[in-house]
Amino acid sequence: MANIAGKPRSFQELILRLQLYWAEKGCAIMQPYDMEVGAGTFHPATTLRALGPKPWATAYVQPSRRPADGRYGENPNRLQHYYQFQVMIKPSPPDFQEIYLGSLKAIGIDMAMHDIRFVEDDWESPTLGAWGLGWEVWCDGMEVSQFTYFQQVGGHNCHPVSGELTYGLERLAMHVLGVGHVMNMPFNDPDAPIPLTYGDVFRQTEEEYSRHNFEAADTEMLFRHFEDAETECGALLNQPDEDPKTGRRIVMARPAYDQCIKASHIFNLLDARGVISVTERQAYIARVRALARKCADAYLKTEDGGNRE
Amino acid sequence: MPDLLIELFSEEIPAGMQQKAMSDLKKGIADGLTEAGLAFSGAEAFATPRRLALAVDGLPSKSPGVTEERKGPRIDAPEKAIEGFSRSAGLAREELEVGEDEKGGFYVARISRPGRKAETIVAETLKKVVLNFPWQKSMRWGNGSLRWARPLHSILCLLSNSAGEAEVVDVDIDGVKSGNATWGHRSTGTDRIAVVSFEDYVRKLKRAHVMLDPMERAASIRHDIENLAFAVGLEVVEDKKLLAEVAGLVEWPMALMGEISEEFLLLPSEVIVTSMREHQKFFSARNPKTGRIERFITIANCMPDDGGETILAGNRKVLSARLADAKFFWENDLRVAGDGGFEWLDALKNVTFERRLGTQYERIARLELLSGLLASHVGASEDMARLAARWAKADLSSEMVNEFPELQGVMGQYYAKAIGLPAEVGHAARHHYSPVGPSDEVPASPVSIAVAIADKLDTLCGFWIIDEKPTGSKDPFALRRAALGIIRLILDNDVRISLSRGIDEAMRLILGCLLLKGNVAVDDEFAMASGKHDATGKGDNDANELRDSVAAASNRINGSSITLREKVVLKHVGKSSCFREVDVGRVSFDLMSFIHERLKVYLREEGIRHDVIDACSVMRDSDDLSLLVKRAKALQDVLATENGENLVHCFRRANNILKQAEAKDGVLYSSGADISLAASIEESDLFASLDEAENRISEAVQKENYAGAMKEMAQLRKPIDAFFESVQINAEEKNVRINRLNLLNRIRRTCLKAADLTLVES
Repeated sequence: MANIAGKPRSFQELILRLQLYWAEKGCAIMQPYDMEVGAGTFHPATTLRALGPKPWATAYVQPSRRPADGRYGENPNRLQHYYQFQVMIKPSPPDFQEIYLGSLKAIGIDMAMHDIRFVEDDWESPTLGAWGLGWEVWCDGMEVSQFTYFQQVGGHNCHPVSGELTYGLERLAMHVLGVGHVMNMPFNDPDAPIPLTYGDVFRQTEEEYSRHNFEAADTEMLFRHFEDAETECGALLNQPDEDPKTGRRIVMARPAYDQCIKASHIFNLLDARGVISVTERQAYIARVRALARKCADAYLKTEDGGNRE
Repeated sequence: MPDLLIELFSEEIPAGMQQKAMSDLKKGIADGLTEAGLAFSGAEAFATPRRLALAVDGLPSKSPGVTEERKGPRIDAPEKAIEGFSRSAGLAREELEVGEDEKGGFYVARISRPGRKAETIVAETLKKVVLNFPWQKSMRWGNGSLRWARPLHSILCLLSNSAGEAEVVDVDIDGVKSGNATWGHRSTGTDRIAVVSFEDYVRKLKRAHVMLDPMERAASIRHDIENLAFAVGLEVVEDKKLLAEVAGLVEWPMALMGEISEEFLLLPSEVIVTSMREHQKFFSARNPKTGRIERFITIANCMPDDGGETILAGNRKVLSARLADAKFFWENDLRVAGDGGFEWLDALKNVTFERRLGTQYERIARLELLSGLLASHVGASEDMARLAARWAKADLSSEMVNEFPELQGVMGQYYAKAIGLPAEVGHAARHHYSPVGPSDEVPASPVSIAVAIADKLDTLCGFWIIDEKPTGSKDPFALRRAALGIIRLILDNDVRISLSRGIDEAMRLILGCLLLKGNVAVDDEFAMASGKHDATGKGDNDANELRDSVAAASNRINGSSITLREKVVLKHVGKSSCFREVDVGRVSFDLMSFIHERLKVYLREEGIRHDVIDACSVMRDSDDLSLLVKRAKALQDVLATENGENLVHCFRRANNILKQAEAKDGVLYSSGADISLAASIEESDLFASLDEAENRISEAVQKENYAGAMKEMAQLRKPIDAFFESVQINAEEKNVRINRLNLLNRIRRTCLKAADLTLVES
C-alpha cells in the first residue's frame, strides 16, 4: 500500500486500508461468502467459528442484502445491497478497543479531531439464536461500527468469547470522504483514467432489485423454496455421521448451514414483499432459529468445532 | 486512620447502568466492611463511562478483637460430650475453664478471635463484591469466566494514611490484579497514572481530562449548554433524563452548538426534539419567541485540536440525514392524512390490541360508540365525540409514530389540524391518553374527556373480561393507572356520571365485538364469526359498518352470564378452544370495587380518611364519584368539629343500645316514636329537634348540600346528649322503653341519611 497517510480518496481505498490494517494485526483476510446474507455475521467464518474452543482471527468484506431497505437508488443512505467489513477474533484480545481505534486512524479518522464514543448497544440476532453485548461506535454522532462480544451463538454459550466488529462500509466511507449521497461517492480513484462513482456501479442495480424485492419476486415460489431449504437442512443433518463412501466421520454442518442462510434470506424477501403477517413473522424467525441451532449443534461435533473424537 | 480508594477500570459501561452500579458498589463494600467489624466514617461512590470508584474515609487499620464465652456441659457430663464441646470451640481440653451456678460446675470455652488487618478484610470484601456484582446485564470476554458490564481491565485498590503513605491491597480476581494505577481519557493515550490517595487520584484524573464525579459533569454540561444558547438568544429545552445520560457517556464534556438547516424548521418542534434526542442525544435550543427549535447542542467527549469544527460538521451532516428521514415521514403522513387517514385506519386492522380482545380497528369502533354515549355527560356533542374517537388512534399507523412511538397523539393533533378537522378532534387525539402519571395534566375539554374516559373504560373492561387483573406488584397493562385516570378525569372536571352504567355499556360493547367474532355464545349458541371487518371493505363505510354491527351485536348481550371462547395455544397440543363462563354482572361489580379501591388510595393522598370514604362508598349513587367525594369531604369537615366528633359518639351510643335491644328482643324498632310518652323536657326537646332536623337534612341531601346536611346533623348532638343524660332507655314501663328505642331508631335513621356513620372510626 503506497500512501497510507491522510484520508482515503475512494470507497475501495478505504476497504483496502481496512484489509491491510487487519492483515497486519494477524487476521486471515477471507473473501465474501458466496451466498445472499443479511449481514456479515452470517458468514460461516463468523457464526460457526464463534462456536467451540478453537482460536480464530479473520477479517473480510461481506456483501449484505436487506431487501426491505431498497429505495430504487434514490435515498442518499439506504440500499438493499451494501457492504459490511467484518472482523472476528477469538478469544477477544484484551486491547481490542485500542486495536479498533487504530483501524479508524488507518482510514483517516484522527482521534485528536473527532469525537469517538462507545454507546451501549446490545446485539441480538433472533434468527441465529445469538446475542452479545457491546456498543455502537459513534464518530461525530455517526454510527460507524458495531462492536460486540459474542455471548451466545446458535443457543450455545461462547467460550472463549469472540470479539466481533462490523463496519457499515458505505456509511463509513461517505463520512470519511465527506460525500452527501452514496451514489456520488468515488468508487475507484477519482483521478483514474475511468473514474467510477458508486452510482456508476450500483445505481441501476438498486433500481432493478428494488422493483424485484417489492413487486416482482414470486412469493409462492419463495414460500416453496423456504420449505425446501428447511427440509434439506434437516435432511443433511439427519444423515449418519459416518460417510458410507469413505468410511470417515463427516458431519455436513456447513452444507446444512448453507440451507439455513438460504431460508433466512428467503424470509427477508418475503418480509419485504409484505406477505408475512405480524404473527407469522415470529413463527418464521423461530423456524430459521431452529435451523441455526441444529447447525451449531452439528458444527460442535466436527473437528473445527473442537471435537477431537 | 487510613482511607480506602477503589477503582474498577473497564471498557465503556452503559450510561443507564452507572447510577445503580455506584450505589451497588458502595453498599457492597460498606456492608462487607461493617460486617467484618471495620467501622468507617464515610463512603462516596463515583462513575465515569470507564470506571467505577469508591472512596472510604476513616477506616481503622484493623478490626477489633472479639472474645466469646460459650457455656458447655456440666463437669460431670459424659466424657464424649465434653470432648465434642472442646472440639467445636476449637480449644484443647485443658484450655476449657470451669464456671459455677446453683446446680454446680460447668465448662466454659473462652474463644478469642484477634482483630484482622484492614487490608485483609478489604481484599476479601472487594473480591466478593466484584464476583457477585448485581449488574442487570453482564458479560464474559476473552478466555475468562469473570462477569462484568463490559470487560474489566484493572483494579486500583489503595489504603493510604494522612502521612501520605499508600499501600496497594493485593487482590487477584480471575486474573485481574490490583495495583496503584489508573488511566486517563482515551485521547490522552495509554500511559499509566500512579496515585497515592483519593485527592491525588481526582487531581491527576482531571489533568488527564477525566471528571470523576457525574454530578460535576452534569453541572458542567448544563452550564455550558445554557450559556451557548443564551449567547444567541435561545433557551435550552429542559431534559433531565438526557442530561443524566449524556453525563454518563463522556469523561470530559465539551458542548458544541450547531444550526439546523432551514428546510427542517417547518417540522413540528416535538419531532425535531425527539429525533435529536433519540437518535443523536442532542439538546434542543428553542427560540423563546416563536417556540421553534433552531439549533442543536451536542456534547463531545474530548477537546479537539480545531475547537470542534470537524466534529460539528460531522454532527450537522448526520442530523440532516436524520431530519431528512423525519421530513420524508412527515410529508408522507400529510398525504395520507389529506386522503382522510383511511389508509391508517385500515392498517389498524392488522394491529392486535390484545390477542383475545381483537384489533385496534375493532377497538376504535367501540370507542366511537362509547365516547358518543359519554358525550352528553361531559357536555360534548355526540357527533364530535364520535369523530374524535375515530381519529384518536389513527396516527398509530403513521410513519412518524412508527419511528417515534412517544409521539403518538402529538402527531394525531398535527395531522388533524393539517386537514382541517375541528380543534377538539385534534386536542382529543393528543390528550386522550392522559393523565398517564401523577404529574400529567388532566384533559379539560369536553370532547377529550369523553374519549379519554372511553379509552380507559374499554381497556379496563376488556382486561376484566379476560380476567387479566393486576395482582400484587404486577400490572403489565397499567390498569391501576387507567383506573386512576378515570378517577382524575371525573373529579377534576366535576363530571356527573353513573360509572356502573358506563362500565355496563363498555362491557356490552366488548362482548358485542366478541360475539361478531364468534367468541361469545348467546342463548348457548356460538354465532358464526361474521368476519365482516376482516374482509375487503375499506375506508369510512367499512368503519361505519363495523361500528353499527358492534352496536347491534352489543344489544344482543343481555344475559348476565355468558360463555366466552378463548382460543389458546397449548404447547405440544396445538390450537384448541377453551370455554369460560363469565358472570358479567359480577365482573362489572368487581371492576367498580377496584375503582373504588383506587379512589380510596387517591383520596387518602389528598388527606381524606379511609373510614370516611368507606362510610360514603356504601351510600346510594356512590358510583357517581364526584358525588361520593363531595359527600366524603363534607363528612371529613364535620368530623373535624367538636360537634361532629361528639355526634359520632352519640350516634354510636344510640346505635349500640338499639342493636343490643333488637338482638335481645328479636324485633326491629322502626315503628316510630310517640311524643306523648316523652317523660322529660329533654326527651320532648329531642322529638322537636329531630322533627326539624329530619326535614332540613332530607332537603339538603336532596340538593346535594352535604355540608349543610352534616352541619344539621352535628347540631343534633346537644339534644341527643341531653336526652341520654336525663332518661334511662331501659325504663320500667315496657311501652316507655319501646318508645325510647323507637326514638333511638329515629336518631339512627337521621344520622344515616348522608353517610353510614357506623363505618366511621372513633
